[in-house]
Amino acid sequence: MTAVQTETVTRDRLLEMQRRMCEIRAFEDIVKDWFSRALVRGSTHLYQGQEAVAVGITSALRRGDTTTCTYRGHGTVLAQGAPLDRSFGEILGKANGLCGGKGGSMHLADLSVGALGSFAIVGAHLPISVGAAWASQLLGTGAVSATFFGDGAANIGTFHEALNLAGVWKLPVLFVLENNLYGEYSPITTTTANPELVDRAAAYGMPGLRVDGNDVVAVFDAAASAVARGRSGQGPTLIEAMTYRQSGHSRSDPAKYRPAGELEGWLARDPLTVAERRLHDMGVETAELDRLRADAEAKVRRAAERALSWPEPRPEDRFEDLWVH
Amino acid sequence: MTTTMTAAATVDINYRKVIARALADELATDTKVVFLGEDVGAAGGAFKSTEGLKQRFGDRVRDTPISEQAIIGAAVGAALMGLRPVAEIMFADFAGVCFDQLVNTLAKYRYTSGGQARVPVTVRMANGAGAGFGPQHSQPAENWFLNIPGLKIVVPGTVEDMYGLLRSAIRDDNPVLVFEHKNLFALKGRVPAEPDDAYLVPIGEADVVRTGQDVTIVATQQMRHRALEAADQLAATGVTAEVIDPRTLVPFDLKTVVQSLRKTSRLVVVQEGPPDGGWGATLIASISSHHFELLDAPPTLIASDPVPVPYSTPMEDAWLPDASRIAAVVLQLVRF
Repeated sequence: MTAVQTETVTRDRLLEMQRRMCEIRAFEDIVKDWFSRALVRGSTHLYQGQEAVAVGITSALRRGDTTTCTYRGHGTVLAQGAPLDRSFGEILGKANGLCGGKGGSMHLADLSVGALGSFAIVGAHLPISVGAAWASQLLGTGAVSATFFGDGAANIGTFHEALNLAGVWKLPVLFVLENNLYGEYSPITTTTANPELVDRAAAYGMPGLRVDGNDVVAVFDAAASAVARGRSGQGPTLIEAMTYRQSGHSRSDPAKYRPAGELEGWLARDPLTVAERRLHDMGVETAELDRLRADAEAKVRRAAERALSWPEPRPEDRFEDLWVH
Repeated sequence: MTTTMTAAATVDINYRKVIARALADELATDTKVVFLGEDVGAAGGAFKSTEGLKQRFGDRVRDTPISEQAIIGAAVGAALMGLRPVAEIMFADFAGVCFDQLVNTLAKYRYTSGGQARVPVTVRMANGAGAGFGPQHSQPAENWFLNIPGLKIVVPGTVEDMYGLLRSAIRDDNPVLVFEHKNLFALKGRVPAEPDDAYLVPIGEADVVRTGQDVTIVATQQMRHRALEAADQLAATGVTAEVIDPRTLVPFDLKTVVQSLRKTSRLVVVQEGPPDGGWGATLIASISSHHFELLDAPPTLIASDPVPVPYSTPMEDAWLPDASRIAAVVLQLVRF
């Protein structure tokens, strides 16, 4: 494990990060409510508690960089700049959703901001970011690709193939392992022979950074160093962000397998609270922080209302978007 | 009357070597074309069908680890960033290793994203039986993908089609799976001496290889050649067979088959591979449902046996439909 050198995140920059985290939190709270009211089909996988990872990483990216993420991907796609209303629209299956209602909650994507998408097969997207980074290397664009995945994905074959290929070709990839301690319903210690996941970086010839995934500044600092390494042609980095999934795996999971007190301990270290403490230390008044959160919630609510008012796709729209003619 | 012909100069080449030639012509035409796979570069390919490309095109031709999932996934990612990747899966059987990337990622990316992206990936795979590679290196794998909307499937059976279809596949903005039959590697043919777009073969167009009046035989790759052999045998008995090579399975050129049936009224489909769930059964179902009135005899599928491809020569030979079996079935239908 390599030590992370903390960079200075300015007050304004941290306020911006906090605003985005508040928007994602409010977004997911609304999605959770919609599920309970059967407004959303199938399943959903919520991001509450992990906002600092998506926001910290994407804050270190620039235009032209890309991300790929999992079916727990609302936060990452929003953090990269996808519009709130069209993201809601996709989850509702609306014609004006990001993907025209063809993907749904598990497939949010907005290529116009570099969000190559949410992939619903565990680990399937890691090689996609490797390919995006390969293109960057061949075309000389300097772009990096950040791929977000959970500790569960560290045990599927694409993890090995993608990290090895990125390592041997020295591709500008940020492998962002969101260690939220549970792969679906199973605690990491029951599924993973060596739970020190960051140590795997050495096997692929890349540095591994373990960071507090609930501290957006720590995540940003790690990302900034990994981005610099990637842009300068030195290759990929594995970032293990220690965080916690505040909800269950999906809407059908009440997460009763969690030991007593575990959730409470992590709630005390909620990423929004951690950032507020930092901002407070920088001299930001409580009233300003409350206003920021309230403004974010109002903005998200308005976006949700817009999305709810949009029309459904027509049945015949299902034939569109398969082929390029 | 005098006719002036200005035929472009052509060269003799075999089915194996024309693969490298088609790849080279596309790599030279479009700098966005890149090529990756196991041993495709320095070694020139496991079948020596990509020799010289690494030397000529450098970094755009990449040797990969033995990582089929990463190969296909990386091709998709690079395509999303504007490149036109060609990925090689050494044996089509190994598509099983990266089945998820092919059917869940490559085939569905454009649709799932609501048409936000084009995914112009070409996947090349060495296909088919008859060369003694045993059960895990001999399967005709094209039927595995027939049920997955979003993948075009081409199955070239001649040198000219290999050249023209591979180049068309690389230019296509959709994912295309190209099956290269390894028992046809020694087949001879002619291609232009210099890159020439006139030799591109459009995806989705069947080839009427031989015209006839009494029966329509539809066959691809190795079976196309056996169908032609059968047609020769049948000619000696006074039966003329029309042989159609669809060349592309998705999209399928049904029109050409229907036009032929208007004349012959009898359909025989020859498919390398087990009978169930394949393009042969699909073609027969489609003709039976929509063009029943054209038929004077039961449409018949000749396929391989529903067992894995066996290794030993007598068993593998028997597994593959041959010309005399095709001719015998045709004679039954003609007398129906």
